[in-house]
Amino acid sequence: MAKLPKPEELSKIDYTPPKTSWMDTPVVFKEGMFCHGSKPKSLELVGFPNPRDWRPADADWKLPENWKQILLEGIAERLEKYRSFRLFMDICVRCGACADKCHFFIGTGDPKNMPVLRAELIRSVYRKEFTLAGKIFGKMAGARELTIDVLKEWWYYFFQCTECRRCSVFCPYGIDQAEITIIGRELLNLLGLNIEWIAGPVSNCYMKGNHLGLEPHTIVGNLEYMLDDIETVTGKRIKPTFNRKGAEILFVTPSGDLFADPGTYTCMGYLMLFEELGLDYTWSTYASEGGNFGFFTSNEMAKRLNSKIYAEAKRLGVKWILGGECGHMWRVLSQYMDTWNGPADFLEVPKSPITGTVFENAKSMKMVHVAEFTADLIKNNKLKLDPKRNDHLKVTWHDSCNVARGMGMLEEPRYVLKNVVNNFVEMPEDTIREKTFCCGSGTGLNASEDMDLRMKGGFPRANAVKFVHEHYGVNMLANVCAIDRATLPPLMDYWVPGVKVAGLHELVANALVMTGEKERTTDLRGEPLPGIEQKEEKA
Amino acid sequence: MKAIISFIAVLILAAIAYVGVDVLNMQYMFGVVIPYLAVAIFVIFMIVRILRWGSSPNPFRIPTTCGQQKSFPWIKHSRLENPSGVLGVMGRMALEVLFFRSLFRNLKTQLRDDSQLTYGEAKWLWAAGLAFHWSFLIILVRHLRFFTQQVPAAVQLVEMLDSFLQIGIPLLYMTDVVLLGAVTYLFLRRIAIPQMRYLSLMNDYFPLFLIFGIGLSGVLMRYFIKTDIVSVKMLTMSLVGFSPSIPQNPLGVIFYIHLFLICTLFAYFPFSKLVHMAGVFMSPTRVLANTSRVKRHINPWNYPVHVHTYAEYEDDFRDKMKNAGLPVEKE
Repeated sequence: MAKLPKPEELSKIDYTPPKTSWMDTPVVFKEGMFCHGSKPKSLELVGFPNPRDWRPADADWKLPENWKQILLEGIAERLEKYRSFRLFMDICVRCGACADKCHFFIGTGDPKNMPVLRAELIRSVYRKEFTLAGKIFGKMAGARELTIDVLKEWWYYFFQCTECRRCSVFCPYGIDQAEITIIGRELLNLLGLNIEWIAGPVSNCYMKGNHLGLEPHTIVGNLEYMLDDIETVTGKRIKPTFNRKGAEILFVTPSGDLFADPGTYTCMGYLMLFEELGLDYTWSTYASEGGNFGFFTSNEMAKRLNSKIYAEAKRLGVKWILGGECGHMWRVLSQYMDTWNGPADFLEVPKSPITGTVFENAKSMKMVHVAEFTADLIKNNKLKLDPKRNDHLKVTWHDSCNVARGMGMLEEPRYVLKNVVNNFVEMPEDTIREKTFCCGSGTGLNASEDMDLRMKGGFPRANAVKFVHEHYGVNMLANVCAIDRATLPPLMDYWVPGVKVAGLHELVANALVMTGEKERTTDLRGEPLPGIEQKEEKA
Repeated sequence: MKAIISFIAVLILAAIAYVGVDVLNMQYMFGVVIPYLAVAIFVIFMIVRILRWGSSPNPFRIPTTCGQQKSFPWIKHSRLENPSGVLGVMGRMALEVLFFRSLFRNLKTQLRDDSQLTYGEAKWLWAAGLAFHWSFLIILVRHLRFFTQQVPAAVQLVEMLDSFLQIGIPLLYMTDVVLLGAVTYLFLRRIAIPQMRYLSLMNDYFPLFLIFGIGLSGVLMRYFIKTDIVSVKMLTMSLVGFSPSIPQNPLGVIFYIHLFLICTLFAYFPFSKLVHMAGVFMSPTRVLANTSRVKRHINPWNYPVHVHTYAEYEDDFRDKMKNAGLPVEKE
């Protein structure tokens, strides 16, 4: 792996476009800017096409002989299936409003990372093969032949887009590069051109129920470790249940929460909250993944992975489903799940057993985001909270792309946050809410071999954090996304050392006063609570 | 280069009209046949285009939510930016189509020397776009006077408002100036901003020059090279009544150039990016309400897929599950 340049070098970004026109500038694969190719085993397990050993940097990608035909038929099929695709191929006027809205363009200066141009990569082929003007006028009409170089360009740039939809907010026609990338990646998938960091988790999730490939006993074991830690902090031993039939609620969270910190602290937060409420809920080792990396390969694969959630809810006979903190998980759940695998008519409209609130906004899909659930608890005064326990933190809020732009959950987590911490500062307004910036590593790009790309793509987000870090002393970046919890810590270490990353429910649990708990001296991370050290000295 | 070719293309188009009428005397061709043809192409192929868009379904409900969702009564729901029903969508679309709401958000991202990113106001594109589209519409409405025997009161009102500055004779229409100014701006930003120049295609320059040519020829005709308005109306009314005839009084060649460029625009329209005029009304990220959690959205091509069932999962892990104390369906 190439060595990562220093932040001072990486933040010198050259926005000058190349001399040659984009159609005549072949793609150059730069080390650190792309991920490893998929391994044959990962594709075979789920029946994906063209499993083989291959390397993206190699000249020969070992494609089937009729690769071009496969792609063109793939495009034709998707034009019939998706109005978004058909429309977005036709109506762009190239006004450029999207250009400097993309974190990858801002961070790399590469003009092909302007959403408009990334879309033109595929649009140019569409014109050539599917429009009269393109067939007659060719290049003059912005059309070009599909060649192996064009294919490589697609691959390189569709894996430099995190489907964050920020461009779509600014587009006067709502053209969504996420749609184009989703379909672009689906086309690449037809030729086995996946990346291992996606294909591996997909096959894991299919066979074992979660991206990380945690087997049932490992899930139980991992939670045991967290329960030990909770006992150390609170003096309380919690006994969650797994795969329990007849529970009222099935809880599904991204498996990242079960695996590594700071996600595990968030997970401890859920456990403590549910314990305090006496919630009748169960974990599942089968539906042990809320996220969906299948979404980054094909619609069909996403649906296959997603099916487990409703299926498990049905098998266990629960009334409704509660979902953990995640970003893309919640776009997939809120905009796709019910359509794919519904109707979930065997479930009831979610109703909080604690407050009696009926979640009318989830009437059909029957699944509630834990931030919504907790906001309702706090609003109804059902939690005893001591926000002073978070006084060592100055917190800012990172809206996760998909939760912001694919759902619109903006206020609920803020409401929770403001009730559990005393020091909350917003980042500059053009970098939050619907204008929030991606962590730079979404859609399965959070591998280690593409660190250059990740640090560049995360630059705008980090830059806004840096601003509040320097001006207001912010030292904690809170969010509701498992990918964020995995990717923001290295991003902060690189661009804004001194800022840590936490899930919302870690901060909730810090502040949560539990019945019968011992006096807390540390937060969930084992760090002393504010005021405790002085107290000890006095004693 | 792309701009120059586009410019030359429009010049050639004007020259075709000039030669056709002034040298070859093909008034009927340029005054009757081509206009009918152009309108027919426009209507037929726009319908084809729209039907084709319509024939592809919206398999998923994918609005881009630009504001707070509807959740609890105590959290203010952003009805227009994240609509939860038809009314909200109509409001959102009205803002989008009439006032270019999304473009109004535009920001200019800049990297300062101290590596700080800043997001500045950038309303010029929005302003020029709005000015261009609205003046185009008003000019179009004004032209209705050529296609109606009795000029409707609404059209007269628009004419009056458009010329209320009372400059010159004939009275200057503000929209004429605004249109040409806005088109000029839209062209200049395309060549002045390096990224814009880099991403622009001939598909972008050609319509700008074409529309500028239409505007310019119209302005020349109204203010400088006088044209017999009565004869023009005789021609247009004969076209509308499907009894086409070229008026006795000869029409100036500038009229035919104007008309031919308009015909080109009509015929070009359905095959170009200009179809955004109709497409914006169908954009799934804007016209769909955010209701996918409340009401099941149906995908007409949803099909059954292979899944890894719980039974298969338990078969894979039964012993491990039992050892970990997890309940199993089959012993």
